[in-house]
Amino acid sequence: MIRGFAVLLSFQLFGELVVRGLGWPVPGNVLGMALLLAALLVGMVRLEWVTEAAELLLTHMALLFVPVGVAVMLYFDLLAREWLPIVAATVLSTFVVLAVTGHVTQGLAGEKAGEEGGDG
Amino acid sequence: MAELTALPLFGVALTLAVYALAQTLYRRSGSVWLNPVLISIVAIIALLLAAGIPYKSYARGGDLITFLLGPAVVALAVPLYQRRQQLWRHKSAILFGILAGSLASVVSASGIAWLLGGSRDVIISVAPKSVTAPIAIGISERIGGIPALTAPVVVMTGCLGAVCGAEFCKLIGIRTHLATGLAVGTAAHGIGTARMLEIDRLAGTVAGLAIGLNGLATTFLLPLLMLLFK
Repeated sequence: MIRGFAVLLSFQLFGELVVRGLGWPVPGNVLGMALLLAALLVGMVRLEWVTEAAELLLTHMALLFVPVGVAVMLYFDLLAREWLPIVAATVLSTFVVLAVTGHVTQGLAGEKAGEEGGDG
Repeated sequence: MAELTALPLFGVALTLAVYALAQTLYRRSGSVWLNPVLISIVAIIALLLAAGIPYKSYARGGDLITFLLGPAVVALAVPLYQRRQQLWRHKSAILFGILAGSLASVVSASGIAWLLGGSRDVIISVAPKSVTAPIAIGISERIGGIPALTAPVVVMTGCLGAVCGAEFCKLIGIRTHLATGLAVGTAAHGIGTARMLEIDRLAGTVAGLAIGLNGLATTFLLPLLMLLFK
């Protein structure tokens, strides 16, 4: 578990370092994810080092967004000022994206795609 | 009392306690509207307002929890690696699905805000609404939006996608875990992904992939679109 967290945090740190050093417009943690995937693929990091820590974080990922959401209370007046365009754009556009991405993916991959290894 | 709530302990304890209760409520009721993230956010805001506790005190503990989002995003590499063959087989469907979604998100969000008479600030700030919070805030800054407005819009989008994304997909005939996961991940980033991980591992994995790829796609797409509409 400790080794897993050490690996995850090290890759995040390395991601931050590269992003800041090169001035890339991508967050360090996203680059860290790409780098960890590459390290797993070339065998630099062994899967069993990170599975336990990764499972723990991913199983409870929803919880991690709660404080981010609570910060909404800081922007109540900003939201109140133009609530209609903000709320309508957010809600309708979310459904548009769901429909577009879902249908494009299903259309290209076929209706059986992803079911072969699905675990319910 | 104020001394106690100013401890990081307060924010952490409150968040975990409220979330644990919300999870129990969610499981007992079986209703998607009682999404534990949504319920916890509403309950914590109500509690803080009712007790007159400033957000800054809560954030001392809240920030400790938010910190773990960093390694959690890195951890998404693990299910990607485990599912690499399956994902590679559908690489073009995944890539085009996310690109189409990224474009649809930016155009529809800004377009609707414009149609409803939103100010320039609002039109720009809602554009990256489907991108994960840390990336969306960076994009908003770069294109001249208000990051403080983008942040709550991103969280609202995530909660909405988590609450009814999977159900909406079923309703409009999207049946596969691959397409549903990708749709919810592209539309509702991490909050949607967290919900998809509960439903199905593959759906959660592709949703996680969509967080990163949609973030990248929108990062490069949005400044280009801004040039067109100048």
